[in-house]
Amino acid sequence: MGALQSLPGHPEYADLAEKTGFSFEQISILHKRFKQLSHNEQTLRRDHFNEIPDLSCNPIRSQIIEAFFDQRNFHQNSEGKVQEIGFEEFLVVMSHFRPPSLHMTDDQRESVRKEKLRFLFNMHDTDNDGTITLEEYRHVVEELLSHSGALGKDTAKSIADAAMLEVASISMGHMEPDEFYEGITFEHFLKLLSTFEIESRMNIRFLNMDTTTLCK
Amino acid sequence: MAVLRPARRSSSSPPPLTGLLTCVLLLVFVSAASASRDAAAGKNNETRGDPAVVTDEDSHHQSNSTAHKKAFPVLSFNYDHVRKPFEISLWILLALLMKLGFHIIPRVSNVVPESCLLIFVGLLVGGIIKAIGEEAPILDSKLFFLYLLPPIILDAGYFLPIRAFTENLGTILMFAVVGTLWNAFFVGGMMYAVCQIKGANLGEVDLLSCLLFGSIISAVDPVAVLAVFEEIHINELLHILVFGESLLNDAVTVVLYHLFEEFSHAGTVTVVDALLGVVCFFVVSLGGILVGAIYGLLGAFTSRFTSHTRVIEPLFVFLYSYMAYLSAEVFHLSGIMSLIACGVMMRPYVEANISHKSYTTMKYFLKMWSSVSETLIFIFLGVSTVAGPHAWNWTFVIFTVILCLISRVLGVVGLTFIINKFRIVKLTKKDQFIVAYGGLRGAIAFSLGFLLTKSEMKHMFLTAIITVIFFTVFVQGMTIRPLVELLAVKKKKENKGSINEEIHTQFLDHLLTGIECICGHYGHHHWKDKLNRFNKAYVKRWLIAGERSTEPQLISFYNKMEMKQAMMMVESGIAPKLPTVVSSVSMSREEQPDDGVSCFTNKHFLRSYSRHDLLIDPFEDTLSEIRFRKQRVEMERRMSHYLTVPANRQETPSVRKVCFESEHQVYTYDDSESPRGPTVQLNLSPPDAVSLLSESPQRPNQSSSHRDKGDGEPRERERAPDEQDEQLKLSRCLSDPGPNKEEEDGGDGSFKS
Repeated sequence: MGALQSLPGHPEYADLAEKTGFSFEQISILHKRFKQLSHNEQTLRRDHFNEIPDLSCNPIRSQIIEAFFDQRNFHQNSEGKVQEIGFEEFLVVMSHFRPPSLHMTDDQRESVRKEKLRFLFNMHDTDNDGTITLEEYRHVVEELLSHSGALGKDTAKSIADAAMLEVASISMGHMEPDEFYEGITFEHFLKLLSTFEIESRMNIRFLNMDTTTLCK
Repeated sequence: MAVLRPARRSSSSPPPLTGLLTCVLLLVFVSAASASRDAAAGKNNETRGDPAVVTDEDSHHQSNSTAHKKAFPVLSFNYDHVRKPFEISLWILLALLMKLGFHIIPRVSNVVPESCLLIFVGLLVGGIIKAIGEEAPILDSKLFFLYLLPPIILDAGYFLPIRAFTENLGTILMFAVVGTLWNAFFVGGMMYAVCQIKGANLGEVDLLSCLLFGSIISAVDPVAVLAVFEEIHINELLHILVFGESLLNDAVTVVLYHLFEEFSHAGTVTVVDALLGVVCFFVVSLGGILVGAIYGLLGAFTSRFTSHTRVIEPLFVFLYSYMAYLSAEVFHLSGIMSLIACGVMMRPYVEANISHKSYTTMKYFLKMWSSVSETLIFIFLGVSTVAGPHAWNWTFVIFTVILCLISRVLGVVGLTFIINKFRIVKLTKKDQFIVAYGGLRGAIAFSLGFLLTKSEMKHMFLTAIITVIFFTVFVQGMTIRPLVELLAVKKKKENKGSINEEIHTQFLDHLLTGIECICGHYGHHHWKDKLNRFNKAYVKRWLIAGERSTEPQLISFYNKMEMKQAMMMVESGIAPKLPTVVSSVSMSREEQPDDGVSCFTNKHFLRSYSRHDLLIDPFEDTLSEIRFRKQRVEMERRMSHYLTVPANRQETPSVRKVCFESEHQVYTYDDSESPRGPTVQLNLSPPDAVSLLSESPQRPNQSSSHRDKGDGEPRERERAPDEQDEQLKLSRCLSDPGPNKEEEDGGDGSFKS
């Protein structure tokens, strides 16, 4: 494609394609989008995301944006938040939403599952301590119900509590009398969503061909 | 009738099966007899002794009356008066007794799908009727299309899993439209080629007739698919693919059928006709959907105002849907698609508006009607097979069967190849095999064939159609279950209604929508989100009564789950255990009832499930009674869990059945909540109490476990969570090795309340 040659070259893309599993066309389209969002700068910041109009009606907008700046999602074994990201990090975060390929061994499928669930876990675990505490889970449910006003706040608490309880029962089973449930660890999270089939649900379609109808 | 009475007496003592068979045989005789055309003539003297005798008496009476004034008839016999309803009821009764019989014999029903057994019974009955020398009733097309088919389709359409359906809509449409077209033309064309073979003496069958035949035989039948697939519990994706295809191909079938029928009268086809056919297809399908949608919206709007007349709520749903079907049939639009569209459109709004009892009634009636319809269809299919005039032509029939199989396989494989380019989650070879193998033909094909007008070819066609139907239902239906096991196809996961999964489903929806926005293209999620927002902002306001129109889905789900759990608990009869548990304060591990609710839930879900079962049936008790029992049970539960082991039995820790509590009692394990004294009032009203307010305004017997607070006022939703906070604090305090006496008192006190 003509567009491909005009963008900074194949060797860079080869490296990225290797790392994230996207194809060259997909990477070039995403690069275009990156440039569009960052107004042709090299890095994206949070306020660039805030400019996307459709995103503003999303109840979990802030969590999604935070996920892009969370180092745990960059596959670099580091933690904490950054203020701005480059194209590589952008692509790595996006690669979490790639659908699994058709011919995959069970192990590969399992690792894809884990990766996606890890992303979700990181989104919930905002304080980086490795567990989703009750407060954090409550926050999640409140955000989900944030468009329903005052009615949502109280019910959100009870829903979150019920959900926590369910996790506790699934993961811990029988508990000692004065034991209480600390928080959802990643293993418990895996167990919780074991029937959720996330590898086929947490995917979006990445375009292989350039279309000019891009939403801003 | 005198004939039946001795049978009844004798059947009371021997084992039920023999009695059942005797009853059934007698019913068969009677129904066979009543199916005969001239009942009053008394032609059959072995079974109809009574009426024959009485008719003689009648005539005797008649002749006597001319002589002198006849005596007042104390007992008279007038069968004609009730003949039609009587026959219909007898047939339905026979069908249901058969169904009953199968489930008494467990071994058979595990191997053979019910549809096969029913056809077999139909064959038997048909055989018996023919042996008697009577004319057996055949599956009249009008009866089938107007009375037997709609309940099944409505049942399927109303409870269609929307999420799975819309996610796979492209695939389903591809299979339904392109697949059926391919099947029709391939089978029709090849059959024409077969007919050209010299030795088969099929020369008079022309191309158009073959194409017509192809179009009849090519459609996958929803009734058969439902009957077989429901028993194998296959995973949702495959189920919705095959089933969705069987529903949506109705439009194609209708158009092709009418098209070829018109053409076969006219004799020639022009390009204009072909183009008109394409236009007709769009009109039929979209028109059908439009009609259905209009009726659906009307139904939803009506249900908004039914809060004062709850008893007729289910009827509205049925009638609007049936009207949608009939209206579509008037214009030769696709009635099935109209029915589906009506059900799908109505459902979210109606369910938000109607009472729980109405919902259950509606569900029950739909399942009941569809079950009866299905049973009758299969039995009649069997009877019609025996009854109808057949013209058996080896070549024709064998080739039809083979070609149907081949075209199905080729069609599925070819289409999947194309579809996989567009799907995110591709279809594997196993999936393709199941989709191909699940293409069953059924009664729709038979009825359409029956509607044909020409005479000599009609019989041949009908024979071939019946053979294909039998082949698919018997062979494919029986072998699909072992094949599914063999290929280790994913089964349907138990839908435990986990609140976590619901939270994450919603979360994922929003997440994916957001990512699509960031990515910059309008994908599937974007449009779904837009539709949801439109729905919430405009449509719900009009169609849902009261404040439920603004209730977010997560909350409705949560409330529904609470209610479900409550009813499941009550249904499982935990109450009887009450005395035993409270008497012993300490819970040892053995006493931990194995029949904990987790087991209860298992028991429910592992029961032999058929599409026509309902999981919960709240029933004769009023809702308040249920709540009262639930409370008692909850109290007992809480005592049994959060009472700590007394000091002298430290070695057996009390077991927490945390899973069970989750839906009712909100306990948290917060560090921050400091245990307070036992002055805390324990509120046992879970949030769902408020959602039931519309049902019965008062919540009686709201009591706390420790302090007897019998306030019966309805609680607001906002207050309930507060009390739950206190409730959980109590739980914390109870979990400490505290003073046993107090808890014991509390336990007794609660028991008394």
